[in-house]
Amino acid sequence: MSHIPRRAYLATLWSEANWIQRIAAILGIALLLAAILAPLIAPFDPLKQSLISRLRPPVGFDRYKDGFLLGTDELGRDVLSRTLYGLRLTLGLAMVGACIGLLIGGTLGLVAGLRRGWTEDVVMGAVDIQIAVPFTLIALLILSIFGSSLTVMICVLGIAGWEQYARIVRAEVRKITELPFIEAARASGAGPRYIALTHVLPNIVSPLVVQFTLSLSNIVILESTLSFLGLGVQPPTATLGSMVGYGRDYMPNAPWMVTAPAIAIILLTFSVQILGDWLRDRADVRLRAR
Amino acid sequence: MTVYILRTLLKMVLTLFVIITLVFFATRLTGSPLETFLGEGLTAEDRALLIEYFGLNGSIWEQYLRYLRGVVEGNFGLSFLERRPVAEIVAERVWPSLQLLLASLALTLCVAIPLGVLAAIYRANWIGSAIMALAFVGYAVPNFVIAIFMVLILAFSWNLLPVVGNATWAHFIMPTLAMSGVLIAALTRFTRNAMLDVLGQDFMRTARAKGLPETVVILKHGLRNAGVTVLSVLGLQIAGMAAAGNVVVEAIFSWPGIGELLVSAAITRDYPVLQFGVISVAMAVVVVNALTDIAYAYADPRIRLARG
Repeated sequence: MSHIPRRAYLATLWSEANWIQRIAAILGIALLLAAILAPLIAPFDPLKQSLISRLRPPVGFDRYKDGFLLGTDELGRDVLSRTLYGLRLTLGLAMVGACIGLLIGGTLGLVAGLRRGWTEDVVMGAVDIQIAVPFTLIALLILSIFGSSLTVMICVLGIAGWEQYARIVRAEVRKITELPFIEAARASGAGPRYIALTHVLPNIVSPLVVQFTLSLSNIVILESTLSFLGLGVQPPTATLGSMVGYGRDYMPNAPWMVTAPAIAIILLTFSVQILGDWLRDRADVRLRAR
Repeated sequence: MTVYILRTLLKMVLTLFVIITLVFFATRLTGSPLETFLGEGLTAEDRALLIEYFGLNGSIWEQYLRYLRGVVEGNFGLSFLERRPVAEIVAERVWPSLQLLLASLALTLCVAIPLGVLAAIYRANWIGSAIMALAFVGYAVPNFVIAIFMVLILAFSWNLLPVVGNATWAHFIMPTLAMSGVLIAALTRFTRNAMLDVLGQDFMRTARAKGLPETVVILKHGLRNAGVTVLSVLGLQIAGMAAAGNVVVEAIFSWPGIGELLVSAAITRDYPVLQFGVISVAMAVVVVNALTDIAYAYADPRIRLARG
């Protein structure tokens, strides 16, 4: 793949995609841009309260107040601006969490696959335990013990998916280390760290990218769920999940308070998961073609 | 086979032991867990008395040994808030949770297995694609979002269904649907894949070749063989997903079950309740996993008849 220039590679990707995948790709990029540019495109300060314009409905309804396109919440804050900032925080947390998971799981899987013996037993034992216990429970426990803050949330999201990476990396490493070129490297005197970093790692990038995308959507769902339950980042800062959680109390009178962030969550998980599936199918095809 | 069963059980006990240990030390990481509950203005004696009352005196290792002994004897400590045994509090919650779980599982099986079989048979045309797209939607939407939209439409807009509690059968509809969404999606995918594996087998061709009607071929030869895989997936993966979904859905609908208890204990920091709740749900999942493993091995003659 490396001999194909990058632009051509992206063009190939695009031409192979079906219409759902194209929509998902465009949507994903739009959401990513919205999250990054939130401070520039948000019409209002997400924290600015205005008690005279409380609970105003979105554009097109009675009592709509000019400028507040998606209405206002119980403190008169602009729902659109809060949704944009919420998306920014949700996506940011999920990205950082997924990266931490990738680092922890990838390292442990690499070490387990290369060193074998009791190291492998310990790592895989930990993987089995993490798989056995529903992670929502572990997250509840951690958030209750350490309190809800950004740092704790990032840690929780970071350990949410590590076991998947560890499993994949270990399996791939075991497969690769059977191949003759590793043996050749070892015979010519390469140390285990050199082999791991220069021979093994570049060969497992593709399954890792797939897993990263798939786990990103799981992490978004986990973060939203925890925040929805009131265990996430504390107010006035909001993620999409906590906006739905707090908006729940106003649902009969102000359904737009939950609808906007809820739809944002759906769009986000949808586009990410379709992209993940797409990447996985491509990787599978490549593996089968080998 | 005996060795296999023993090994599985040993692994199960080991997993439970590690879980109990981790949960115990986790709740002790930030110092005495009672600290938030002891108000200001307590005399030193009252303080010491309360600490002993909840079994939090002595070094952490003494406490740990005491906790392990309690686990063996069935004594898991007292709730900080309610001041009665946590085992009692959790036990009261088991039946409502189980009801919701069974309703969701029944719905999941009734919907997902036919859908999965259809998706496998019609994999090449629009029926299969439509079913898989539906499964995809169910997989991507978090269950609390499904619940919120249902409450918004069915309860508040159309005023059809009650939201809070589990008093009547109508109370079951929304929680069951909210919980089943992701389970149906997952099981439909698994059923389809299991059926696809079976459909390609030689005995299916033989069954068709000897002139059996297509329904008999699919249901008797196909589904029965795919069923083993589907049931094992149900025990291994769906069990954990159901336990996690249970927490969220119960919290939304104020369902008086274990999930709701766990969330409120996490928010009020009632550690003994949280600790035992997490341990008992984890235990249930681990036991179901182990039993599934054994049942699957029993159904597979290669393992059942193997020596050693």
